[in-house]
Amino acid sequence: MALTGIEIFKLLPKTNCKECGDPTCLAFAMKLAAGKAELTACPYVSDEAKARLSEASAPPIMPVTIGVGDRALKVGGETVMFRHEKRFENPPGFAILISDSMDEAEVDRRLGKFKQLEYERIGLTLRPDLIAVKCDSGDKARFEALVGRVKQGSDGGIILMSDNADIMAAGLAACADRKPLLYAATEENREKMAELAKANSCPLAVKAADLEKLAELTSKLTEAGVKEMVIDSGSRTLRQAFEDQVAIRSSALVKKFRPLGFPTIVFPNEMTDDPMKEAVIASMFVAKYGAIIVLSDFYGESLFPLLVERLNVYTDPQRPLATKEGIYEIGKPDENSPVLITSNFSLTYFIVSGEIETSRVPSYLLVKDTEGLSVMTAWAAGKFVSDVLAPFVKKCGIVDKVKHHKLIIPGYAAAESGGLEEELEGWEIQVGPREGSNIPAYLKAWKP
Amino acid sequence: MALEIPKTAYSGKIREMKLGGGDKAVTVGGETAYPFYLFEGEMPHPPRIAMEVWDMQPEDWAPAALEPFKGVTDDPAAWARKCVDDYGAEMVCLQLLSTDPNGLDRGAEEAAAVVKKVADAVDVPLIVWGTANHDKDTEVLRLVAEVCQGRDLIMGPVEEGDYKKIGAAAIGYRHIVMASTPIDINLAKQLNILLGNLGVPDDLIVMDPTVSCIGYGIEYCYSVMERMRMAGLTQQDDKLQYPLICNISKEAWKTKEVHMADDELNMGDARKRGILVEAISATVLLMAGGDVMIMRHPEAIKLVREMIAELTAS
Repeated sequence: MALTGIEIFKLLPKTNCKECGDPTCLAFAMKLAAGKAELTACPYVSDEAKARLSEASAPPIMPVTIGVGDRALKVGGETVMFRHEKRFENPPGFAILISDSMDEAEVDRRLGKFKQLEYERIGLTLRPDLIAVKCDSGDKARFEALVGRVKQGSDGGIILMSDNADIMAAGLAACADRKPLLYAATEENREKMAELAKANSCPLAVKAADLEKLAELTSKLTEAGVKEMVIDSGSRTLRQAFEDQVAIRSSALVKKFRPLGFPTIVFPNEMTDDPMKEAVIASMFVAKYGAIIVLSDFYGESLFPLLVERLNVYTDPQRPLATKEGIYEIGKPDENSPVLITSNFSLTYFIVSGEIETSRVPSYLLVKDTEGLSVMTAWAAGKFVSDVLAPFVKKCGIVDKVKHHKLIIPGYAAAESGGLEEELEGWEIQVGPREGSNIPAYLKAWKP
Repeated sequence: MALEIPKTAYSGKIREMKLGGGDKAVTVGGETAYPFYLFEGEMPHPPRIAMEVWDMQPEDWAPAALEPFKGVTDDPAAWARKCVDDYGAEMVCLQLLSTDPNGLDRGAEEAAAVVKKVADAVDVPLIVWGTANHDKDTEVLRLVAEVCQGRDLIMGPVEEGDYKKIGAAAIGYRHIVMASTPIDINLAKQLNILLGNLGVPDDLIVMDPTVSCIGYGIEYCYSVMERMRMAGLTQQDDKLQYPLICNISKEAWKTKEVHMADDELNMGDARKRGILVEAISATVLLMAGGDVMIMRHPEAIKLVREMIAELTAS
């Protein structure tokens, strides 16, 4: 349970030395309670207080990092049930399965897919995160060789899958420096798996048949000194898996129940044989609390939708996504093509550029940085008005690209047309439609 | 520390609503818990899927979306019958695209005649969706309400700018209206209050929260729908306890990505991609509380039906 500011205050030295940067110990305690300060800022806190406070201030769902370097994946650390309550913190990782029963060509194909399938969207690169390497052969050497190959052939995070600790050790021998996730500790193998996880500083996945047994198992592993865990409730039917995800998240957040306060791993690949259905099941877990989502294979047609869904669901509701300011060429515009201007709220950009695309009229779209506000809001806030738009239009370089001097502004910014004509000498300002859906008709009728 | 799974404290219930009439009427709503939280409460009626039919030949559909309806896309009645007979549609949604003043601008009489034909061709519940142009929708939907009296339509979108006349027609001829607001919980509540003040009974109102698809801002409607459910179920806000209808297929199938060729930009098979963009968008909206999904592709529908069936399986 989290401590209140007063409870924390009682554990502090109460000397008001100010070395933490706050005027009093009480002020510091209040900041700690609100999560706005770190206990390490206090040089005089006792070890006993430290232990109690760090336990109480630990996040209700443990953040876990898999892998190293640029592609390290951080999952967990979630603080809400619904994204509008604050935000979802760490997007789930998608993993592709590679088994040691596959032949070399198949392994290479999958490694190739992992590398190849990435997508640019509003200046972000969307791509999958993990490779789940599974031992189906029961052969240590074969598994170790495959893990070595995966490590060589990819910079993605690795999940090692075997419930045999000796085989796991062999896999680890090939890739321990990549900090793989070990899947999985069970009631039967937990002691050995815990040793491996601790000795190699790797996160440990824990699997049990139901939530009760899972909680018992993570408690034992915590006692054994394992810290970073990822949990699998064992259910592979949709209804039970959904229920488990909700129960795990709510018991961790609402009841601060530590034994289930870990990110989850889910297996759509074990819930159906149909890749299309598997993708739809995965999409449910993106929305409902999966932290690692293992897929049987990657296909462009399903990975892309899942990656954009993930981007959407994990967008911070308080900070809208924004598109980069600049000139966007849609179709293959030339010197006689229409020029439109809009705001840089990414949704606005997507809708406007999509509708221009639909019109099949090659066009230039000028995107003005409005700090992620939509046209109407930006206009009301003075960020989409003539004295900021005019200098942008002049400087952005569009004058070198078109012969005409006609600028189409959104219908919602119609009030700016007079001001713009004044500030953009020689330009004709045309008021376009208010709604994106009317852009195609407007552009089809447009003449330079 | 024993395992203790908390339960949400619910105090409200989503209204149970009968859609359509006769043997094929369906009931939606009635939830006493968050979507598919069957461990906390009830979802007595699973969400339903209405298959989309256009009142005009679609011009810009991706080949994958057109293929299942080959030969009927120029005849809305035949199209609707195909949805019911071949694809087992439990509901049909007729999109009155041809009435758009920025497009074909077909008149009210002609539009209403088409609606009547479709209404007579199938006996499943029928949704009639206008173009969100207030003047035109008022003209068209009032006439539709009249000629389809007794058919118990679900019609809309009804917005603050046109709710009075369409609402009055709905009361007069007993059709359900879809109260439509632009992704905003407060506006939604306000419109429902206005409709109530106008005299539209509670059993004739469903909500259209305005949806978009994955990649195009689905997170906004997702959170607005979740908040609506929260208000209706845990904050006794009876003006937000109406079932939610999501017109998702039109959004999904108009995206740029659905129209890209096979393997363009690493996006794999075009047909499957379109189906998945639609099915995943619908799944996300179901998670947020959608009661009726308007969908297009039979395979996307099949996938979503399976999700609903397995999430509610006993």
